[in-house]
Amino acid sequence: MSEPVIRVEQLRKRYGSVEALRGVSFQVQEGEVFGLLGPNGAGKTTTVEILEGMRTADAGLAQVCGLDPRRGGAAFQRQIGAVLQHTALPDKLRVGEAVELFANLYGRRRNLDALLERLGLADKQRAFYDELSGGQRQRLALALALVHEPRVLFLDEPTAGLDPQVRREIYEIIEELRREGKTILLTTHYIEEAERLCDRVAIMDYGKLIALGTPAELRQRSANTTRIAVRLAQPIEDGRLRQLDGVVDCRPISDGYLLHSQRPPQTIVALVKELEALGNELQSLEISAPTLEDVFIELTGRSLRD
Amino acid sequence: MRTTWTLTKMRMRLALRNRAFLFFSLLMPLAFLFLYASLFAKGEPRAVGYLFPSVLALTVMGSFWGLSIQLVMFREHGILRRFRLTPVGPAALLASSILSNYVLTLPTVALEFVLVRAVYGVTTFGNLWGAWLFITLGIVTFAAFGLIVASLTNTMQETQVLNNAIWFLFLFFSGATLPLVFFPEWLQRLSMFLPATHLVVGLQFTLIGAVPVRSLGPEVVALVGGAALAFALSWKLFRWEPGEKISRSAKAWAAAVIIPFLLLGVWENALDARRIELQKIYRSLGERTSPLPEQR
Repeated sequence: MSEPVIRVEQLRKRYGSVEALRGVSFQVQEGEVFGLLGPNGAGKTTTVEILEGMRTADAGLAQVCGLDPRRGGAAFQRQIGAVLQHTALPDKLRVGEAVELFANLYGRRRNLDALLERLGLADKQRAFYDELSGGQRQRLALALALVHEPRVLFLDEPTAGLDPQVRREIYEIIEELRREGKTILLTTHYIEEAERLCDRVAIMDYGKLIALGTPAELRQRSANTTRIAVRLAQPIEDGRLRQLDGVVDCRPISDGYLLHSQRPPQTIVALVKELEALGNELQSLEISAPTLEDVFIELTGRSLRD
Repeated sequence: MRTTWTLTKMRMRLALRNRAFLFFSLLMPLAFLFLYASLFAKGEPRAVGYLFPSVLALTVMGSFWGLSIQLVMFREHGILRRFRLTPVGPAALLASSILSNYVLTLPTVALEFVLVRAVYGVTTFGNLWGAWLFITLGIVTFAAFGLIVASLTNTMQETQVLNNAIWFLFLFFSGATLPLVFFPEWLQRLSMFLPATHLVVGLQFTLIGAVPVRSLGPEVVALVGGAALAFALSWKLFRWEPGEKISRSAKAWAAAVIIPFLLLGVWENALDARRIELQKIYRSLGERTSPLPEQR
């Protein structure tokens, strides 16, 4: 295997009494889209910001393109592009001006019109930053990350807070970058995003990687777990459902309950009996294959949205 | 250098799109000019000429506010974070503050010269090159002072409070609002410790007295030294992120910027020459003979 583009070994970081990273290790190969999936506070942003050179790790190794992010200087900065969380541009800066500004800061003169065209911002060139919608701002952030044609892209929650429709627009852009062979590290707490965009996914929780593999490999880990979504006539304590044969997890969902079972036939029989005994009624039942969400639940006993 | 200029252009653009900035950097100085010239000097050319350096000093010192607040806003809104990923260092960002202040203040200064000549008939401007030097030094030095405040404060509100406190000190005790000669002696002596006083003195001596710059060494040294120290300290204290805190010892460091002015204040007070010369300039105003003071 060739030299990895991103190399992280035993990374540790502490904020006061909180251990944000407790020994994180992974590698990202050239042309790979690598996802860090986990709930808020899992340590995804800390990991990415160490790799971007914005934070210093307490211990461990972080390398991007063979460079130390803290010491790489301008040579390092030219290799990476990033979409940050918690950032903004000046309100009265126009889209076209922002892209030109960043190109100048990198000393690059690529075809900026084509870049804006590609990100669907061509007709927004004259718009001020404070006139842009959330999706447009995020597309502009992507444009600024790409302006110097970096080798590695860091996308920290690139679709957080966007409508599903707008989110899909961003996915299409990322998929195009993936086809071009860009190396991308992205963080997300959306299962859909990780499954759809990433070649490999690392699941993070409380500052540790708890699983790593392709989405298919990870799902395979849960192959013996099945999702059973049920709708009942009357509400029921989820404690009762949890005690059913084969059930490893149960949680309420919008219009019923989601069970994870390792022996679906037994679980269903037990469920029907239990309902009969309680005088409750089963209105619908849906069985589906596991997703990364189920993998996460199985590994942590919690849902990503908790 | 190219990076600094790129940032400077952006910051000037943003400043010109900001109504508050236009108000404070263009309208306010012009309002002061008309207030001083028409009300205090009653339009009398020699009196206008005497007060003009004070108006100029006020205009120039406006750079203290100028773009330092913009920098704090950039940090507060997470805009600096974004620049941190690009090959832009703190020095370029800080220098772009000073440079854009300079380019944006010069037109106002030029306009004031034109108005004072065209409207009030002031025709002699003494040592114009010397005055230009002090205008330049003034803008740079006070912009650098603003950067220190920007480095020390965390929010725009904090910046404004601290700026106001310092600004009042500069404004009222430097001779920029009320000429120093009207002050009691102890206050005149105290004012010799203020950077703003050196700017006002420099402008008065060059413009009214046509004094060559080489006789104003202490004033030049004070302003240049103050600017260099202020720039170095604001670089040392520079923060990219709103979450980064500065230590108490760092805050103490920032106080080092007063050292050159402290030394010069002591020296001026021991010599007590400037005070007497300023009085001469003022007295000459009332005499029929040349309004110019004796050269040293």
